[in-house]
Amino acid sequence: MSDSHVYTPYHPRWLRRRVSTYWWLQKWSYFRFILREGSCLFVGWFVLYMLLLVNAVGKGPDSYARILEWSAEPWVLGLNVVSFLFVAFHAVTFFEAVPQALVVHIGRTRVPGRLVMAAHYMAWALASVLIAWLIVGA
Amino acid sequence: MIKQHPEPWLWLLFSAGGVLSAMLMPMLLLLFGVAFPFGWVAAPSHAQMVAVLGNPLTRVVLFALFMLSLFHWAHRFRHTLYDGLQIKHLNEVIAVLTYGVAVVGTGVAAYILWQIP
Repeated sequence: MSDSHVYTPYHPRWLRRRVSTYWWLQKWSYFRFILREGSCLFVGWFVLYMLLLVNAVGKGPDSYARILEWSAEPWVLGLNVVSFLFVAFHAVTFFEAVPQALVVHIGRTRVPGRLVMAAHYMAWALASVLIAWLIVGA
Repeated sequence: MIKQHPEPWLWLLFSAGGVLSAMLMPMLLLLFGVAFPFGWVAAPSHAQMVAVLGNPLTRVVLFALFMLSLFHWAHRFRHTLYDGLQIKHLNEVIAVLTYGVAVVGTGVAAYILWQIP
């Protein structure tokens, strides 16, 4: 398994400050971190939701109509509204982190991080327009 | 022989899934999760959905989105459990469960996308 996480075993003679299990409730920046990490749950949920939808389309018009009805159930709709907010938050935070993770060179000059980030936002906008056109506009 | 760590590869899958889901999911979720159920926009007909999903390119993109997003979830969820709940002693169990779900989910996604007429 992964041995890249080597944690120091408990050692009673060392002074180690105990950290509360709820350390992430103490500060807004910590809580925002947990919200950001928690966004992955909604990414996972949406994969499941899309798979159910694609599966229903494959089964025929009746099951497709049924899944559209099901998607309007209050709890599904509520979950999807919350999921949308989290997925959008995930997108923004991920693009914010891009300049830290990706260094782009053109020839020997480094492209400024802001430009790399802007390119990602442009790609996001283009992809969104393309999806909307494919599904609603075509 | 250098010992290979899986971590960089898992991180690569995580970040690829992060970028792809960030690019594609908000609009897909806005349409299928919010706009169609609320009736703001009419949902596409079954025939149109089959036409869009019947395109091989759509299926390749969706498969990549599903697979990478599942690994994105697995990796991030695993690390959040370690850091947020401090349950490092369950290390192996959590890794097997999260990446296991991602692998199985990828297989299910391939099967479902294959099924479209």
